Amino acid sequence: MKILVPVKRVIDYNVKVRIKQDGSDVDLSNTKMSINPFCEIAVEEALRLREAGTASEVIAVCIGPKIVKEQILAALAMGADRAIRIDVEEQPEPLVIARLLAKVAEQEDAGLIMMGKQAIDSDNNQVGQMLAGIMGRPQGTFASVVKIEGDEALVTREVDGGLQTVALKLPAIVTADLRLNEPRFTKLPDIMKAKRKPIAETTAADLGVEVTSTQQQLSVAAPATRQAGIKVASVDELVDKLKNEAKVI
Amino acid sequence: MDTPERESIEFDVVIVGAGPSGLSAACQIKKQAAEQGKEVNVCVLEKGAEVGAHIFSGAVIETKALDELFPTWKEDGFALGQPVAKDEVYLLRDESRATELPHWAVPPSMHNDNNYIVSVANLCRWLAEQAEELGVEIFPGFTAADVIFDDNGKVCGVATGDMGVGADGEPGPGYTPGMDILAKYTILGEGCRGHIGKGIIKKFALDSDADPQHYGIGFKEIWQVPESQHKPGLVVHGSGWPLSKGMGGGFFLYHAENQQVFVGLIIDLNYANPHVSPFDEFQRLKHHPIIAETLSGGERITYGARAITKGGLNALPKLSFPGGMLVGCDAGTLNFSKIKGVHTAMKSGMIAADAILEALGTDADEKGTTNFQQLFEQSWAYQELYNSRNFGPALHKFGPIVGGGYNWMEQKIFGGKPLLKLRDSKEDYACMEPASAHIKIDYPKPDGKLSFDKLSSVYISNTYHEEDQPCHLKLTDTSIPIKQNLPRFDEPAQRYCPAGVYEVVESDGEMQFQINGQNCIHCKTCDIKDPAQNITWRPPEGGGGPTYPNT
Amino acid sequence: MKTLVIASHNNATLSPVTLAAVSAALKIGASFDIFVAGKGCAAVAEEAAKVDGVSAVLVADHDALAYQGAENLAATLQANAEGYSHIVAPATSVMKDALPRLAALLGVGQISDITGVNGEAEFVRPIYAGNAIATVTSSDAVKVITVRTSAFDAAPTGAGTGAITAVDNAVDCGLSRVVSEEIAQSERPELASASIVVSGGRGVGSEENFALIEKLADRLNAALGASRAAVDAGFIGNDHQVGQTGKIVAPDLYVAVGISGAIQHLAGMQGSKVIVAINKDPDAPIYEVADYGLVGDLHDLVPELEAKLASVL
Repeated sequence: MKILVPVKRVIDYNVKVRIKQDGSDVDLSNTKMSINPFCEIAVEEALRLREAGTASEVIAVCIGPKIVKEQILAALAMGADRAIRIDVEEQPEPLVIARLLAKVAEQEDAGLIMMGKQAIDSDNNQVGQMLAGIMGRPQGTFASVVKIEGDEALVTREVDGGLQTVALKLPAIVTADLRLNEPRFTKLPDIMKAKRKPIAETTAADLGVEVTSTQQQLSVAAPATRQAGIKVASVDELVDKLKNEAKVI
Repeated sequence: MDTPERESIEFDVVIVGAGPSGLSAACQIKKQAAEQGKEVNVCVLEKGAEVGAHIFSGAVIETKALDELFPTWKEDGFALGQPVAKDEVYLLRDESRATELPHWAVPPSMHNDNNYIVSVANLCRWLAEQAEELGVEIFPGFTAADVIFDDNGKVCGVATGDMGVGADGEPGPGYTPGMDILAKYTILGEGCRGHIGKGIIKKFALDSDADPQHYGIGFKEIWQVPESQHKPGLVVHGSGWPLSKGMGGGFFLYHAENQQVFVGLIIDLNYANPHVSPFDEFQRLKHHPIIAETLSGGERITYGARAITKGGLNALPKLSFPGGMLVGCDAGTLNFSKIKGVHTAMKSGMIAADAILEALGTDADEKGTTNFQQLFEQSWAYQELYNSRNFGPALHKFGPIVGGGYNWMEQKIFGGKPLLKLRDSKEDYACMEPASAHIKIDYPKPDGKLSFDKLSSVYISNTYHEEDQPCHLKLTDTSIPIKQNLPRFDEPAQRYCPAGVYEVVESDGEMQFQINGQNCIHCKTCDIKDPAQNITWRPPEGGGGPTYPNT
Repeated sequence: MKTLVIASHNNATLSPVTLAAVSAALKIGASFDIFVAGKGCAAVAEEAAKVDGVSAVLVADHDALAYQGAENLAATLQANAEGYSHIVAPATSVMKDALPRLAALLGVGQISDITGVNGEAEFVRPIYAGNAIATVTSSDAVKVITVRTSAFDAAPTGAGTGAITAVDNAVDCGLSRVVSEEIAQSERPELASASIVVSGGRGVGSEENFALIEKLADRLNAALGASRAAVDAGFIGNDHQVGQTGKIVAPDLYVAVGISGAIQHLAGMQGSKVIVAINKDPDAPIYEVADYGLVGDLHDLVPELEAKLASVL
């Protein structure tokens, strides 16, 4: 079974977010970019399935301009076998991303698509579900455990209030949540090997997908700063305020 | 710790540190090797998560070395930075007044015509791109933890740090042992007070004929300022307030591109008053009208600090050792009279490359010796260090006014030929005087607009370390901070550390020395300034530390 | 224009978060129906019918929808989406799972986790983990939207007279099945999802004293948190750490006890609805973000607070 792992280039999760002075977007100049943490977890899970003998090949796929090669190499250095880059200058909307990935998944005949549940920039949490809808496949989102048994994927999902385990008929789409695994440290020789692994390039046109857009970001602002409230004089006053004013108890 | 066997990999040259000196060495080796039809494998280890993440500098640079290394850098489209348009020098008399020095009174070494205001981090990123295109392997996120010696005591490479070791010292679930990177030549380009360099200098007694090295701590913030306050290309230097008598140092304010300014303060680490907090000196500096008029209404983008090697020629150790050499600030190539170290660091790296290429494949390989020392002494970089050898000592000895005057005379009237042989033989750490001999300093509280507290400053350095790892700051004697430094010096680590790593806290009625290793911004000041020389900085797990943007 | 609000429920009762989605629908301005998909969910439909202003309640009651799994739910909604310009659901895990799939089936995009409505086609939503707030527009013929429920007040209910209609086109895709469910049974709520968090900092002073914090947390049925300083000092384990490198929480009430309020801690809790600070230092930075601040010795104040709450709650 081949596993397809989409990976995205996003702001490094340690870097503080700044907003452009004109409020048009987040300021990414001079900003470290990295592989989306949830995507990294997805790569790790795919590698473990391959190492367990369940999968034959792990293919990383990334949508973006030439510079995303950095993140592709990161996935290859972790152990992905080969990669595909879909050359698009600006990041398409989730529906288009899902359509592009669907085409690649069809071409590669991937039995499992293992991906991050969301990207830490857009925080949309849509592509995996859309991809499953487009392909008419079952979806196991917010996965914290994944097991392949026969022709089913058993996925334990993190849901409100607890955990739910579902059995998905393969081929399926699984999206990774934070606790699925702890990605491995990359080894130095593997970084060197990564450079020799094949990276195929294709375009939306080659895949027969139109890059359309129906959403527009008008502006971006910093979150409202919290203001100082009041100092209360006693415990009694505090309890009264919490109960009757703030109504949180 | 029971560990699986370490793997090893061989290169011809391993370079520690993807800074200007290391990357220049890497590029030069590959370029020269290609010209000479030789095949030379080079790798660069960088502890930061990406190239540039730990690079921290003012900076106004001379392009001399860059011009030699990549003569067509400009034509090839490299946007180096903001060309310098104007120099201004001020003496800050107190918190509100300043005197501008007329152009003729400024030592020539501090004139910046034809220079550029740059982000050295971005310069390194560009150099790394060139290096990779030339076939250099660069490995960010990997520390060189220790050097490896062969049976003859020659340096034959470095060992990268283990990853995934828990706070208890035991392998965690993701444990991945480091590797031995074996090489014929090891170039140490770790920057100021590199931990491997420190050990090598000691082991081979490379500093036996030199003055003790002298250091400064350099603070810097990048600010985005209102357009009306931004004068691209303006370079401002100065000294005086807030630094009190006996404290060497000075400030800088560079107007870079994109409405950003680089503002900073350098304080010599030989200061005597243990109550001094270099961080607070920097924060209050920004309230001086000369600085405040530029920063007001602006947004602080990043903060950081780094120690600076400023002893100059008198403190320069021997540069070569069996199996390798020291380059850049790891050696001490900064020209303090210009307050510039990038061009000389790059040149030292290039010369190291030439020396290695000369030696590779000859008998010298066995001993790991090269002509680096001689070649360096024939270079313009050495000449600069020679001409400015007294600048630092003059300031240390005579203070900023008389010392400055001395330097002016030496440069302007005597054309740079040193008048006297000035030595500065007291170690920086030994200069600290008892707390009882000095009055405690009441620093003003930060106003949240121009000045800020330490923790919110560290916050915007994007510093991160994996939580579950051993503390990388080692105390030789764990009792010294409370038993010795606290009563004697009021444990100055609480103040000289720019990141709030060291605290003295009361716990269960006892005073305890708390080390918040996760805040560490890898500046090395503690390793330098601890009066008991009890703190040893070791690299934490690779990839940790600050993530500086365009510093 | 007409909006379809998808109800969140457990087949027995309507979840209040549905009313947050209704609030968003009201701001969009069109008339709205409520869709109830489940198994044996008649009571939920009755409750939905009482929501003020609801036009109709559509009910798909079917075995295939017992767990409201994404494949069946999305397909069923697709079969019933005709005529709606907006489809709005609270951002629960069920809806986060199903709605994007629905959007793709309808051939449209989705706007996730909105915190504000500026008009029928313009919405506000957090990006970059809430470090930036984006205003976005959509030109899709059907706008599929999930709503961050903590950002909208509950719409009024009780006066509604919606007509309940059963729909018979529930879809069973047969692609997956639920094997098991484990609803969390811990004594204390999970830190990440609790509606009240009580956190202790360095000021608590010792591991023994942390019992005071725990007692207060128990009284409020709250999750237990801690600052990094408290964790580093060994007062409590690091799975309770709230902050930049710990957990990020946004409860309705966050009580910070003996916590100075360094930015690294604030980064983990400044999204809380109400912040209470108890500290002996009146200048502690925590007071700059606290809605209610009480200055004094926590070793006296916390037991007093716990006792007072015991009598009042």
